[in-house]
Amino acid sequence: MRLGSRGPHTSEMVAMEITTRSLWTLIHGMGFGALYLLAVSGVLLALWQRWQPAPSTHAALTSDRFLKTYLVLMAALAWFSVLTGTYLIYPWYRFPAPAGTGNLAPYPRALLLASPSTSAWHTIGMEWKEHVAWLVPIAITTVAVIVLRYGADLVHYPELRTGLFTFVFGSLVAAAIAGFFGAMLNKEAPVNGGSTIRLVRGGSK
Amino acid sequence: MSMTLPAVESGVQTKTNGAAAAAILSAGVGSILLAALTIISDISSGTKRLLEFYKPSGALSGVSTVTIIAWLFSWIALDLFWRKKSVSLKRINLISLILLLTSVLATFPPFAELFQ
Repeated sequence: MRLGSRGPHTSEMVAMEITTRSLWTLIHGMGFGALYLLAVSGVLLALWQRWQPAPSTHAALTSDRFLKTYLVLMAALAWFSVLTGTYLIYPWYRFPAPAGTGNLAPYPRALLLASPSTSAWHTIGMEWKEHVAWLVPIAITTVAVIVLRYGADLVHYPELRTGLFTFVFGSLVAAAIAGFFGAMLNKEAPVNGGSTIRLVRGGSK
Repeated sequence: MSMTLPAVESGVQTKTNGAAAAAILSAGVGSILLAALTIISDISSGTKRLLEFYKPSGALSGVSTVTIIAWLFSWIALDLFWRKKSVSLKRINLISLILLLTSVLATFPPFAELFQ
């Protein structure tokens, strides 16, 4: 069976394509942002375990090494997410539409602002998302550096663990706000354009 | 009733907490600075233009760059000052929590519009 050969449009060319801008939006949102959100639950659990009486030395060392690597990767995800968002996706999103343009689909910001029923997705959604997202790398880098510095000694610093929890949870809230609005904005006015990448090459049926 | 701390709590703290306190407080400072710059660039068109470090991204490029530089600078400064000391982490945590929550709220556009 040929991939993608079934369906109602059997007489048409069957293919699956994505534009480079869509692909980068996907990498930014799903590859970095969503993965970060998933990773937060893991680090909250790992920190919570440090509230419990200290496990055996060997187990503690192993899990500490894992936690340190995990947090460094999380910080990297957060930085990649805000940097691709600010310097790659956002310029495509806000590129102004030339005067008199009828089709606003290639200009997501202009498209949203053109209708009263969608304008708040930009004025509230994007305006909040673009700024609040920057709290995430600040918060998680702080947590990562403290865990790298104190490591297994964290069990002796209950107030420090409270501080770490605060910032991990804060990063979760900020990333959730950014993720929610990112998903909704991409639904209402997707960032498209650039060259086309064919993911599945089908034949005509 | 026993007044002794649980085993985990009574362990010996071999390091001062100043370095951690510096990291936590500077993160709070960085967060509130981000919110402050967001509001200022919204209400002042001159500041907004000044913060357009990278034109295609607009003022967001300047707001984020200045925030990150100031955050790292405050972190280094506080670290140099507190590295060998132990400070009240309870107070630092509370201040940083307030700063973090305020920045999440202050970057919310309807809140920022109150200043316009």
